[in-house]
Amino acid sequence: MTMPKIALRGLYKIFGPDDAAMMAHVRGGMGKVDLLEQHKHVLGLQDIWVDMQPGEITVVMGLSGSGKSTLIRHLNRLIEPTAGEILLDGEDVTGLGADALRRLRQKRMSMVFQKFALLPHRTVLQNAATALEVQGVDRKTREAAAQKWLKRVGLDGYEGRYPAQLSGGMQQRVGIARALTSNADIMLMDEAFSALDPLIRTDMQNLLLELQVELKKTIVFITHDLDEALKLADHLVILKDGAVVQQGEPQGILLAPADPYIEDFVRDINRARVLRVRSVMGPVQDGAHAGDVDPDDTLETLIARSGGETSLCYRVVKNGEIMGQIDMRDLVRALVPRVSGRVD
Amino acid sequence: MAYEGVFDALGLREWCDAAGDNAPLSMADLLASTGAAGEGGGLPFPSLDVLHEACPQIVQTRDVTAALENGFLAMRPELKFVLDPLTQPLSWMLDSALWFFTSVPWWVLLPALIYLAWAVSRSRGVTLFVALSFAALGVIDHLEVALETLSIIFVCTSISVLLGVPIGIAMSRSKTVQRSILPVLDLLQTLPTFVYLIPLIFLFSITESKLYGIAIILYAIVPVIRLTDLGIRLVDRDVIEAADAFGMSNRQKLWKVQLPLALPNIMAGVNQTIMMSLAMVVIASLVSAPGLGVLVLRGIRNLELGVGLVAGIGIVLLAVILDRTSKAALARVDRAGKAE
Repeated sequence: MTMPKIALRGLYKIFGPDDAAMMAHVRGGMGKVDLLEQHKHVLGLQDIWVDMQPGEITVVMGLSGSGKSTLIRHLNRLIEPTAGEILLDGEDVTGLGADALRRLRQKRMSMVFQKFALLPHRTVLQNAATALEVQGVDRKTREAAAQKWLKRVGLDGYEGRYPAQLSGGMQQRVGIARALTSNADIMLMDEAFSALDPLIRTDMQNLLLELQVELKKTIVFITHDLDEALKLADHLVILKDGAVVQQGEPQGILLAPADPYIEDFVRDINRARVLRVRSVMGPVQDGAHAGDVDPDDTLETLIARSGGETSLCYRVVKNGEIMGQIDMRDLVRALVPRVSGRVD
Repeated sequence: MAYEGVFDALGLREWCDAAGDNAPLSMADLLASTGAAGEGGGLPFPSLDVLHEACPQIVQTRDVTAALENGFLAMRPELKFVLDPLTQPLSWMLDSALWFFTSVPWWVLLPALIYLAWAVSRSRGVTLFVALSFAALGVIDHLEVALETLSIIFVCTSISVLLGVPIGIAMSRSKTVQRSILPVLDLLQTLPTFVYLIPLIFLFSITESKLYGIAIILYAIVPVIRLTDLGIRLVDRDVIEAADAFGMSNRQKLWKVQLPLALPNIMAGVNQTIMMSLAMVVIASLVSAPGLGVLVLRGIRNLELGVGLVAGIGIVLLAVILDRTSKAALARVDRAGKAE
């Protein structure tokens, strides 16, 4: 396995005036509720271990208050951890001084914000060039770069406008162009699409996936929306009360939720649209095949193709190689959420 | 009489009498000797004067006032030694501004001022109004005094902005600084305007122009400080976070983000500062500030109704000119910020 781009090693965050002293209590097993009641400190993150692979989209999902925004702000140290390590290409960045930290933020990480956070007194072009301006790149070079990325996100011709003149979706495109212009290979996206209309949000998700095919950035994406998480994630991390409850490949989480909290989460998902053939297929057996399908097809496509017939069986083929087969009966079974033996 | 028993009971009688009543007669003594006072009920409030009567060791109220005065006078040479050279440039600036405004011929100065109004406001209406006001003041032979007032305001406002904006920035950056400066600002705003003048008269010679310059600046600097502080604190947190996330240094954040976004508020503060220095320039004429205020003062002193009223209307005209021009500039900044 390659070295993770970002690795969080036993990360803790406690909010309060005397956070370091509280670590002893937390390590001693004190929970969030007790810590708040007895010591008036808030346990923001506890014992986070996450590896984020280069070129992948790692999605951190959780409800509000789960610590996901706190987590992403640790990566560029907008929030300082109480304990633990943040490894960037294997190097711990928790000890960086102010100058080194600023260089890190300028060159190695960029960020996209929920509320866009554009500078209202600057044009779209100047906004997109912000990152390079901070780095001290001359005007001509940085505006050429900004121009290129604005075009790439579909904002050709809007360079001279001000952010307030644009719709939310367009403003966030500027936000993405600003992040891309910095040429950092890590992009942090904090609920980047949560403030947008559903249709625009889908557009933006597609834009991001499209850019990602080409750019292969290491993206950390925060969201509270499971559909969005499943659509974007290569690696999904689910947070609850500041702790990781489950992480892994999204299809795996969907098929085998680790606890009732996640089961609740995945219950309302359109599984046919999210699950893919590769997650449900089995080994090749002899017998007739109704046709070949791609492992990355969604179950929905396959259902449409079979016309609802459940007695069929398809061969899964990728690049001419037979990967396995999928029985429509298994497919239908996979559509029913797993219910653990719990009593409501 | 009422409190003599108290001192006796405390066993302090001997200590009290050791002083002997050799203080000069106070007003209370005089009244008592004429039998006019001391009849106000059996138990007067235990003020210093009443207690002094019962026990001569206790000081009288007039001694407190005298001590304050003597203390100030004792500090005066040192204060003067420090403040005189520090504030001397203010005198020079005021004197040269006055000289400049009164010696440049009107047919150069007025077009320049009208152009200035156009340059900051970019509004035809405002510029026309400025031109008409100057013409009106000129026609009634008040142009020179009005220009004197204007020159004082230019100097005092500029210095207020130059000092006030950095102080406001410092306040916005540190809670401690803010907490220590706010009471001073409150004091400066609530202190009756005449009170500014008293210690200044003792410190500086009344012929020096910095005397009124300091009084005006102290009074007028407050809003620009407050609004700079407020403006910077009101800058959207998300934008500041974005600036941090892109690795801006504090200086870059200040110049590229905080000041531009706080500019509308700062401009509102400058507008207030201009208005307040105009208000103070009239009172400052009590301590030899030239300009329209002198005429107002003459109107009061000699009961020359017409002189006072005309000068008063002149001040109103100046106020409207300055207010409209700076508000038009503010509106322009606002528009640029929001980009309609």
